[in-house]
Amino acid sequence: MKRRLLLSLPLVGFIGLAIFLYMGLSMDPFGRDSARLSDAFPSFELSTLDDPDRRVDESLFEGEVTLVNVWGEWCPTCKQEMPQLLDLADRGIRLVGINYKDTRDKGREFLDEFGNPFEVNIFDPEGDLGFELGVYGAPETFLVDADGIIRYHHTGYIKPEDVRDTILPEVEKWQ
Amino acid sequence: MAVISRCLAVICLSLVAGMAVADEVREFGHPVMEQRYRELTASLRCPKCENQAIDDSNSPVSADMRDRVYALLQEGRSDREIQDFMVDRFGDYVLYNPRLEGRTYLLWGLPAVLVVVGAIVVLLIVRARRRASAQALSADERARLNELIDRERTE
Repeated sequence: MKRRLLLSLPLVGFIGLAIFLYMGLSMDPFGRDSARLSDAFPSFELSTLDDPDRRVDESLFEGEVTLVNVWGEWCPTCKQEMPQLLDLADRGIRLVGINYKDTRDKGREFLDEFGNPFEVNIFDPEGDLGFELGVYGAPETFLVDADGIIRYHHTGYIKPEDVRDTILPEVEKWQ
Repeated sequence: MAVISRCLAVICLSLVAGMAVADEVREFGHPVMEQRYRELTASLRCPKCENQAIDDSNSPVSADMRDRVYALLQEGRSDREIQDFMVDRFGDYVLYNPRLEGRTYLLWGLPAVLVVVGAIVVLLIVRARRRASAQALSADERARLNELIDRERTE
């Protein structure tokens, strides 16, 4: 009996490994956590999309839970995502946009066409602020708490059901 | 003639393909600097792509990362500092070689542990077999064997 058990060990090991690797197959490589979670929002000084003379910095995030959405006119998914962002803004959540690697004209056109849920848009034409945030594509969305700490990160498209299932619970959690 | 022109076309095409990423011209003051740049960009993984180093990727974020690597090298930062800079922003994902630290002991140690465990198991099995063959005859069997041998002798 003992010998049987011993002999079955390799099989058990193999099955364990197979299950482990099989689970890896269905993992989303973009589902990984942002390296910036629990970090303070990186310091920056940039102008806003509306007003080249208005400078904003990280103090923008003090005092209120804010959703920060990284978008660009060149990004088709960002257009699809706008209804969800407008919905979030309607629910009273404060949204700040980062207009990422874009031009002022195109960025403004985008907002005229698809609506503007953002209290303010940070104009980041070189993508420097995006780089500091570890952004590797748009759209990306960060939740920043009232102390300016990054608490949640969503990579890619926010689906209509994501608003209810993940974004709203996270906002409530940190409010 | 046709063969030659075809060969030329292939060579030209492969040159163009190779230049897709290499169209950035960078000036390195020193060959060592250039070597470090090459090694760093080959060992950092593009966060957007599933499995490409940033020196081999046309993704915009890879281009940004190459710019940062170059700028940080010019500032005189060490390789480790440059890797830390990228890990701070993009996570451990960007390192092709995971670092040896608390969380990765299992990852690095498991293969070695498995080899050692395997060797011990093989050793135990071999020893058990050897002992088993040495003690193959029980007392009864030995007596019977002796009896048979004796009978052979007396006949």
